[in-house]
Amino acid sequence: MTLLTDAFTIVCVSGGLFFFLAGAVGLVRFPDTLARLHALTKADNLGLGLIVLGLLPQSDGVLSATKLLLVWAVAQLGGATLSQMVARVAKDKTSKS
Amino acid sequence: MNVPFGFDASLAVLTLAVAGYAIAVRESFAAVIAFISYGLLLALVWVRLSAVDVALTEGAIGGGVTGALLISAAAKVGNGVADVSRPLGRVGKFFIAFLCAVITIGIAVAFLSLPESAPTLAPLAAEHLPSTGLGNPVTAVLLSYRAIDTLLESVVLVFAVVGVWTFASDHHWGGAPESPGRDRPEEPLVFLGQILPPLGILIGVHLVWTGATEPGGAFQGGTILAAAWILTMVAGLTKPPSIGGRWLRFALVGGPALFLGIGVAGFVIAKAFLAYPEGYAKAFILVIEAGVTVSIAVALGLLALGPPGRRLP
Repeated sequence: MTLLTDAFTIVCVSGGLFFFLAGAVGLVRFPDTLARLHALTKADNLGLGLIVLGLLPQSDGVLSATKLLLVWAVAQLGGATLSQMVARVAKDKTSKS
Repeated sequence: MNVPFGFDASLAVLTLAVAGYAIAVRESFAAVIAFISYGLLLALVWVRLSAVDVALTEGAIGGGVTGALLISAAAKVGNGVADVSRPLGRVGKFFIAFLCAVITIGIAVAFLSLPESAPTLAPLAAEHLPSTGLGNPVTAVLLSYRAIDTLLESVVLVFAVVGVWTFASDHHWGGAPESPGRDRPEEPLVFLGQILPPLGILIGVHLVWTGATEPGGAFQGGTILAAAWILTMVAGLTKPPSIGGRWLRFALVGGPALFLGIGVAGFVIAKAFLAYPEGYAKAFILVIEAGVTVSIAVALGLLALGPPGRRLP
């Protein structure tokens, strides 16, 4: 059972790290603000989500598992709001110029 | 090379690189963002040093509140390169470099000349922990052994707010600071301002309450409460309060006043200033922490708002 949950953790966290890496590469390589935001949200959403999912079996109880999920939910909320606001500023700027 | 060492080494290099960037970059906004990242990295460093209390404080105050203050300052100054009308001459630059080098070498010498087992009061602090009724030695140091330091820190915040208020012009005195948000905030921000503060209040209170036994405390909790308050104001859901308000001023000085009152009462009930009666230490500490938390939250919020800029109708 431990072997199985450990394997689950390793697979999920590695997947999460891949999305973080892809997000970071996209942030550096993509041409404009909206595309870069798109790359960032993948890291926030899937990257952090997979890491939290992978860590869930390792947590020592319902309370700490809930805290992990809460971290993900709050990061989602903040990230989504921020991308909206940054995107709007970017749009205003491009429509002006 | 094992994994923790590799992680620590990368963390150290990254922290130094971000710190260097924050100093070297010319644009003020980029410097502020680098400084915030630096604060968050530093919080991770403290976690790796097993100082979770310090990490929480660094993350909340060093990265969070200071970051917010710097962003609003950068926005007011304008997002340009600092205007240096009279650049430093060669002598001035040499003098600054010399002083920085002296400080760096001094710290390095002090660090390297530390005895193999550094002098520590940790065993003493742990030994007397039961007498305070607390489980977190950091809280015991802050509110029992060295309570006078914490008392002065909480008073300093009040002075900082008074200092900011002195920048108000005469005809704005007694009015309210300008709203930190836009006139018509974006809808997603309003949504966030409605949904996040209840959670922020829960986490803030939790951090204060859990500070007795685990990492956490008045400063960390108060910062999160202040952040929740600022968020509602940025989202335009609440208005900045008028600085003449009686309740506001009461909340601002209440914590330190309560702290001081209990400290003076210590002469009578426990034979010394800031001493707690035997067996009731934890209760007194919790009461002080609750009062100080409110004052810290109000003070940090007011610092972020700045001096009053508009008169109340």
